[in-house]
Amino acid sequence: MRFILRRAGFFALTLWTCLTLNFLLPRLMPGNPALAMMAKFHGRLNPQALHALEIAYGVNTHQSLLTEYFQYLGNLAHGKLGTSLAFFPQPVSTVVLHAIPWTLGLLGVTTILAFALGTMIGILGAWRRGGWLDSVLPPVFVITSAIPYFWIGMVLIIVFSLKLGWLPYTFSYDPTLIPSFNWVFISNVLQHAVLPAVAILVTFIGGWILTMRNTMITTLSEDYIRMARAKGLPGNRIMLDYAARNAILPNLSGFAMSLGFVVSGAVLVEYVFDYQGVGYLLVQALDGEDYPLMQALFLVITLAVLFAILLADIATVLLDPRTRAAG
Amino acid sequence: MVALFSQVGGPSQAPTTSARSQAGQAVGRLWRAVRSNRKATVGAILLLIFTFMAVFPWLITHDNPEAEVFGQSLGPSAHHLFGTTSLGQDLFAQFVWGARETLIIAVVSGLLSTVLSVAIGLAAAYLGGVPDAVLSYVTDVLLVLPTFPLLIIIAAFLPNGGVVVLIGVLVVTGYSYGARQLRSQALSMRHRDFLEAARVRGERSLYIVFVEIIPTMTSLIVATFLGTAVYNVIFAAGLQFIGFGNPGSVSWGTMLYWAENEEALQTGQYLWAIVPGVCIALLGAAFALLNYAFDEIGNPALRPVRRPRRIRRVRTSVPGAS
Repeated sequence: MRFILRRAGFFALTLWTCLTLNFLLPRLMPGNPALAMMAKFHGRLNPQALHALEIAYGVNTHQSLLTEYFQYLGNLAHGKLGTSLAFFPQPVSTVVLHAIPWTLGLLGVTTILAFALGTMIGILGAWRRGGWLDSVLPPVFVITSAIPYFWIGMVLIIVFSLKLGWLPYTFSYDPTLIPSFNWVFISNVLQHAVLPAVAILVTFIGGWILTMRNTMITTLSEDYIRMARAKGLPGNRIMLDYAARNAILPNLSGFAMSLGFVVSGAVLVEYVFDYQGVGYLLVQALDGEDYPLMQALFLVITLAVLFAILLADIATVLLDPRTRAAG
Repeated sequence: MVALFSQVGGPSQAPTTSARSQAGQAVGRLWRAVRSNRKATVGAILLLIFTFMAVFPWLITHDNPEAEVFGQSLGPSAHHLFGTTSLGQDLFAQFVWGARETLIIAVVSGLLSTVLSVAIGLAAAYLGGVPDAVLSYVTDVLLVLPTFPLLIIIAAFLPNGGVVVLIGVLVVTGYSYGARQLRSQALSMRHRDFLEAARVRGERSLYIVFVEIIPTMTSLIVATFLGTAVYNVIFAAGLQFIGFGNPGSVSWGTMLYWAENEEALQTGQYLWAIVPGVCIALLGAAFALLNYAFDEIGNPALRPVRRPRRIRRVRTSVPGAS
């Protein structure tokens, strides 16, 4: 419990850093590009929205940095993320909320799938040391793990969409369909998700296989494994309950740490596939110089990563009695 | 992806007699390792080829990569090995000249973030107390914050930033993992005999850090560099792909940017997108292969076991096989 509390404290600090970065970055940068952005929208925003922007970017305010900072935090606390400029009259929160389910669906499923599959393959690879799994996969995944996600996406588009014509490659569903809960629509959504999901899966899974294999190999040489063998326990039990359960711990914390990286890769995968999730929106915001939207997305992505790390932490505590005892 | 970094073999355990002999040992070990390990050989050869392309591009191609003087969207031919872009540039020339900027970004940002990792990691470990708490906090937060969105935000506030800004951004966001590993490594060495001995001898702490500690951590530092280089190749390509950096320059990332902008996929100019991507992947793989090789050198348990096992199987049955 103390472990979780300490982590929660760290998360609060991280979140605060994220907010403060959002606040400070436009002020630290030379020539505050937000000024140009606001000049562009001057006539179109209502005074209240303009004032919120001024607070957010430190323009035209004659207050101290500290006052501005607390005003900014206050605005955030009331859920006022500002007005999106790229999608003009819509508030940022609406734009972001529409994008979240798509990313969550795509990334949530692929991440868990990659972790589960990668871990299983890693366990088997290490268990059958020198078998075909162990000799073929590591070198292959060394190379795939160095490929940019978005480029895999481009290759998949060439092969499966443009050459073979099997799968669609733009947007997350056929825009002629009306979103509803019927099979036609859902299967259409799934079809559109296949290629981006595979692009993420292919690059992401390699890391799991290799870390899992390596920790598993180290664990298998421990004395308690020899003990288990001497007791004559069945192989599966040794592999899963004795070796894998211990070997998975560093992998779990690695999993949490790599989430930021996965999200990073997914941003560009969504961009390549015009998949209207959070990442696609982020690039759109960059193109449209939509700073409020960008910052809100950064905040949301950070929150999501922190939440996922918290889940991984809880899993660690459940799997590893030592974290419970040590606190 | 974490695999690139984790499971790094511990630094050599033997306490040093003198720093020079250890450095000599490290170089010798490195040379032997590169030759004896297949992964290391492949990685080193790839890296050599790309370095040659980056240093002497004019020896390989006579075409100017930026000149828009050829027929547009030509297919591959003897004149244009990879064809031309829809802007009339020779793709082969772009592929060759593109190595330079890509490699510079990867190596320079990798080196700088490694230096930062060493400085911050060791400072945190050796200063302890409040400085350690502050440095570790900053490092941990940077580790958790999603890097690429952060890069995009910083990039957005630095429009028209060139390669220097790109490298700077990569360094600031990329040092954290290495710093954390080096810090814990340094902490675990804190009370080793050879360090105590140096302290008793009355050596200054700078001497201890540079002559006693850093040489002992060589393999971890090398691993940090290689791992960071892999990340930076990928991240730089990603940033250039969405137009950050200088899209007017020639590099593999900007080639992909133009391929996407000119709808190379939709118009069937597949090579425009495939060639730079393959190069980026191979460059990343070169660093990654070297990294894994060093891993295997540092941790003998990870080395491939096929051959010895086959021999053993002939002689006796494998004990404990289930």
